[in-house]
Amino acid sequence: MSELVNLTIADAARRLAAREISSVDLVSAHLERMDRFRPLNAFITETPDRAMDGAKAADVRLAKNGGGVLEGIPLGIKDLYCTEGVRTTAASKILGDFTPAYESTVSQKLKDAGAVSLGKLSLDEFAMGSSNTTSAFGPVISPWTRASDPSVKLVPGGSSGGSAAAVAARLVMGATGTDTGGSIRQPAAYCGIVGIKPTYGRCSRWGIIAFASSLDQAGPMARTVEDCALMLGVMAGHDPKDSTSAPMAVPDFRAALGQSVKGLKVGVPREYRPEGLSDEVARVWDQGIAWLKDAGAEPVEIGLPCTRHALATYYIIAPAECSSNLARYDGVRFGARVEGSTLDDLYRKTRAAGFGREVRRRILIGTYVLSAGYYDAYYAKAQKVRRLIAQDFAEAFKKVDVILTPTAPTAAFAIGANTEDPVTMWLNDVFTIPTSLAGLPGLSLPGGLSSDGLPLGLQLIGRPFDEETVFKVAGVMEKAANFTAKPQGV
Amino acid sequence: MSLDRATIRSIADLARIEVPEEDLDHLAGELSGILKFVEQLAEVNTDGVAPMTSVVEMITPMREDAVTDGGYVDKILANAPEQADGFFVVPKVVE
Repeated sequence: MSELVNLTIADAARRLAAREISSVDLVSAHLERMDRFRPLNAFITETPDRAMDGAKAADVRLAKNGGGVLEGIPLGIKDLYCTEGVRTTAASKILGDFTPAYESTVSQKLKDAGAVSLGKLSLDEFAMGSSNTTSAFGPVISPWTRASDPSVKLVPGGSSGGSAAAVAARLVMGATGTDTGGSIRQPAAYCGIVGIKPTYGRCSRWGIIAFASSLDQAGPMARTVEDCALMLGVMAGHDPKDSTSAPMAVPDFRAALGQSVKGLKVGVPREYRPEGLSDEVARVWDQGIAWLKDAGAEPVEIGLPCTRHALATYYIIAPAECSSNLARYDGVRFGARVEGSTLDDLYRKTRAAGFGREVRRRILIGTYVLSAGYYDAYYAKAQKVRRLIAQDFAEAFKKVDVILTPTAPTAAFAIGANTEDPVTMWLNDVFTIPTSLAGLPGLSLPGGLSSDGLPLGLQLIGRPFDEETVFKVAGVMEKAANFTAKPQGV
Repeated sequence: MSLDRATIRSIADLARIEVPEEDLDHLAGELSGILKFVEQLAEVNTDGVAPMTSVVEMITPMREDAVTDGGYVDKILANAPEQADGFFVVPKVVE
C-alpha cells in the first residue's frame, strides 16, 4: 500500500493504463492515509464514497483502454473551488452549508480528464493568509517537524495549506491551489513539494470563489515538476465564462521537460537578497544558481528596483478588491444569516458573525482605501506602482529568460507565531507578491533542507505565458536537487 | 494616517460589518499600523504613470447578446437562508 501512495502521478497513470494497478486500489490506499493523518486537519470535507464511485468508473473506462490523462488519479480540491453537490466553504463560517449547484471550470476539467477527488482541502479563510491558521475549521498542521523539537506544530503555509499538507503527507497525489500573492508557492515551499501559479489568464477563474480578481489564479500542487506540468495541461485553457481567461492554445507543458538549458540566461535579482536574509535560504539559492550553471545556463545579475514597494502595493490592491468581491456575502441569497431588525442590521450582524478577524480587517482596509477622498491617494497610487513593478520585470526579461529567487524568506514557522502584527505575517510573501502583481508564472520547487530538517523552496519566474521555460528549468533543477526527503512519519 | 474611533465606525458602516464599541480602539490601532505601512508608496515617483487595472493587455471581449442561461429558480434558491414563493425573503424594507 505504501508503495502506491509514493508513486508520482505520471507513474501511476502509466501503471493504470497498463492495468498493473487499479484506480480502486490506488484510491483506497489514499483514503486509508486520509483516515490515518486526519489530525493534520488537511481536509474540510472528505468525500470517500464519491471517490470510490469515481475510482470504479475510472477502472471501467481504463479496462476499455479509454479514459483521460488523469484517469483514476486521486486528487484533492482546495475548498475555494465550487464543486457541484459538495459543500464549499472557503474556510469561512459565512458560507454556512453552501452547496454549489455548479462546478468550477478548472475542477470540471480535472473531472473530465478522469481525476478522482477525495474531498475539499482547507485553506486560510477566503485564501487570505500565509499560514492556514485563519480557517474557520481550525489550523492545518504541517506533516513536517523540526529535527531539534518535533513536538512543535508547524504551519503548512498558506493559503493553500491543506493542499500542500495533503500532497506532502501522501493523502493525495496532487491538489489544486489558488495563488493571489503566493498562496500556491509559499505552502509548496514550506511542505517540500512543487507548485506553480501560471500566468494570469492561463486558467479560468469561473467558479473559484473570488478574493482579488486581478491577481487570483488557479494552479496545481504535486510532488514532481512533471506531475505539475501534467495537471496544468488539464487545468489550463480559455473559458468564455471568464473574460480574463486568455484565448490561447495550451501547449504540451510536459514536452518542455528534459530539454537542455544550455545558454539560457537566468536572472538573479539583487533586491531579493535583503540584509537579514537567512543564511540557509541564501545558501540554497546559491546552490540553485550553481546547479543551473553546471547545466550550461548563464546566471545574470539583474535589478528589480520596485520590489521593495510590492508588499505595500499588494496590501492596498488585494484588500480593495476583496472588499468589493466579499460584498456579496449578505445573508440573503446563500450562506449563513444572523437575523436583524432591518435589512442593514441583518447585513451588519451576518457579516460580523460570519467573517473571521483577518477577513474583516482586509475588508475594512479595502473599504477605506476605496472610500471617497482616499481613492487617489491609496488605490490609484498603488495601481501606478503596480505598473512600475510590472515594468521592472518586463525590462529584466529583455536580458534574461527566467528568474531564480528563494520562494520565502524562511522555513515554516510554528503555529501561533507571527500573529502579533499582521504586517509581520505578510512578510512571508515578500518574494512571491511581485510576480503576482505582474501576472507572471511562478513555480516553487524544493531546493533542500534547513539545518533543522525543514524544506526550503526556490522560485522560478517566467515571461508571460512562457510556463514551458519555467518547467524546463525546473526539471533540470529538480534533477540536480534530488530532493527525496519526506516528512517524519510519512 | 492615524484612524480614530469615528472613522472606524464609519468604515465599518460602509462595509456593513457590525463592530462592537469595545473593539474600536484595538481596530483603530491595527488599521492605522497597516496604513502607516502602505503609505511608503508616497515616496515613489509615479508622475506620468498610468494606473494598471489589469495585467492582461486585452480588449474586453464582446459576446453575442443572447439568452444562454437561466430558468432554474429552484437551484438558485436552494442555498437561501429564507425563501417563499420563488423569492428570497428579507426583513421588511418598505413601511
